[in-house]
Amino acid sequence: MELSLLLFYGFGFLALSAAVAMVCFVRHPVAGAMSLLVTLISLSGIYVLLEAEFVAVVQLLVFAGAVGMVLLLAIVLLGLRADPLGPLGRGESVVKAVGAMGALTIIAILIARLPASLFALRQLSGSAPEGYGGFRALGRALYGEFLVPVEAIGVILLAALTGAVILAKQRID
Amino acid sequence: MLLVAAAKTLFIWTVVVVLFAPVVSWLVRRQSAAHPAETATPSAALLHPGASFLAFVREDAFPPGSRRWLRAAAPFLVVLPALVASAVIPFGGRYSLGGSSWSLVAADIDWGVLYVLAIGALAGYGTLLAGWASDDDRSLLAGVRSAAQRGSYSVVLGLSLVGVFAVYGSLKLSDIGLAQDASLPVFGFLEDPGPLEWLRLPCWGILLQPLGFVMFLVSSLAANERPPFDRPSHESEPLSGPPRGVSGVHFGLFYASEFIQVVVIAALCTAIFLGGWSIPYLSQATIVGGLSPLFGQGAATVLCMLLHMASFFGKVVGMVWLQIRLHGAVPRLGYKRAMDLCWKCLLPLAVLNAFGTAAVLLLCGPLPGSP
Amino acid sequence: MLSEYVGVLLMLGIAVSLALGVLAIQLLLGRRRPASPEPDASLDSEPPGASERPSESIGFHLLALLLVVFNAAAVFFYPWAASFGETGAAGFMAIAVFALPLAVAWLYAWRKGALEW
Repeated sequence: MELSLLLFYGFGFLALSAAVAMVCFVRHPVAGAMSLLVTLISLSGIYVLLEAEFVAVVQLLVFAGAVGMVLLLAIVLLGLRADPLGPLGRGESVVKAVGAMGALTIIAILIARLPASLFALRQLSGSAPEGYGGFRALGRALYGEFLVPVEAIGVILLAALTGAVILAKQRID
Repeated sequence: MLLVAAAKTLFIWTVVVVLFAPVVSWLVRRQSAAHPAETATPSAALLHPGASFLAFVREDAFPPGSRRWLRAAAPFLVVLPALVASAVIPFGGRYSLGGSSWSLVAADIDWGVLYVLAIGALAGYGTLLAGWASDDDRSLLAGVRSAAQRGSYSVVLGLSLVGVFAVYGSLKLSDIGLAQDASLPVFGFLEDPGPLEWLRLPCWGILLQPLGFVMFLVSSLAANERPPFDRPSHESEPLSGPPRGVSGVHFGLFYASEFIQVVVIAALCTAIFLGGWSIPYLSQATIVGGLSPLFGQGAATVLCMLLHMASFFGKVVGMVWLQIRLHGAVPRLGYKRAMDLCWKCLLPLAVLNAFGTAAVLLLCGPLPGSP
Repeated sequence: MLSEYVGVLLMLGIAVSLALGVLAIQLLLGRRRPASPEPDASLDSEPPGASERPSESIGFHLLALLLVVFNAAAVFFYPWAASFGETGAAGFMAIAVFALPLAVAWLYAWRKGALEW
């Protein structure tokens, strides 16, 4: 079996099991946050395997690096120590896990049955050029063809920061 | 192919752990001793890390009420990023030997520099968790502060390198190294440099991006909580962090990770700003061409490779020495000062540096030979 | 190009096995004893143990959000720098327009005291 396929299965399994663990098995919020971190890192590993390097870096820097830190800081500073949901009931986690898997399967089947034309945003002719997910190619695309969304992101970030500052200041004052 | 990668990885490991850790430890001891005679003899000092490790293994005291599994895991979160980051740093260039080309990097990733940043972004979790796991309010606050400092400076770390990326046109560390092998005519942007053509500067990062170098060095030190930014985790501070609730091997690991961080910071600065493995004014072609008549093509290439490696490690030692001098020379920055420096000074400077570099590139044209 | 990552995996593998090895050595060879609570010579006479949360905790939530926003912004600078040779002046104007709302956001945060620690 090829190494990249093996890695894909490995990362995929890691991501899924960490996610399931976070939802169904983990009792302490900090452990939940760490499971989320594992999921995010595994996902970025999959992005690297797909040669989508920019997305992988964004995932690691922004999601795993900053968003995960937001969650962990909130949990840690709010002092959530005791088990807020009560002890694990007998068989409760198994039921939850089965339920989650079942729901995911149903969603996957539904998506698979959607007409393909819904997702055909652009007809790609031939194979993707070398390094299409890399930074140079993405820079060319982002600051050329997809300029307007990038500028829009700038404005969204401004809105996000302004909102955060206002909310935080309200809390303090 | 796997064997080659394994060999390179193991080489980096042996060099960093076996060679550098004792050397750095000895240098630190020499630096902080008032009188050179106070330091142990070099052989004893070189064995010190190993002896300390054994001593740490014997003791494992823990304050009651702390979460042991997390206490055990947290130091690794701090050590692993520094180690894994060293995989992308090139300690030599690309050589063609016997028909195939060899590059002295364990992992020549296209976005190598950002790989280091991304891994480093995860290091903040280590100190935060260590502080939280000690179940002590002051440790928690120290852990949060250190995570805050690390996170803030990692943003600026990346931004300070944007100028470097623009100048060399690549995020790949080996490309940046290769570009620094060349030299640049100082007056090359003039139409007819004439007699001043001979005046050349090596294309080193520190010369092309001096502000970037300073910002990168400062941010690296702060993001890894090296002096002078080590207030959140220094042992004599009232609000000290991880060392309070941690003992045994975990304690030792925190300190081992410090040494590794020093070396990795030095190696990164060397690779990006100090020309990496290259020798100024003697490009690889010149060296091989000069030595071939004497030794033959193959042997000349190997000699060149060794020369380059020696040059790289020499520069790394220089940067390590610089960091240790800073340890003693610059007073420790308070937390508020450090955070102000990051958000109010370095952040705008880095962005302005990026724009300024871009403007200069537009006016004077790109670096000759950059993609 | 994917083959380059083998080095990363090897490095990670060595690092992880070293970490586990060290842990194993600690578990096997070390004595474990619970330490007595250390006499606290510092600030106040409160016994250690988390009673109430520090009051500066709001500041850290805001800092974390600042980190998210500026990390997300910084990430867009990297592809610009990598492709600067090709996008040239147009790319320069493009990123200047991108940086403008971010500069406003940064100034706003400073004015409102969000950058004070």
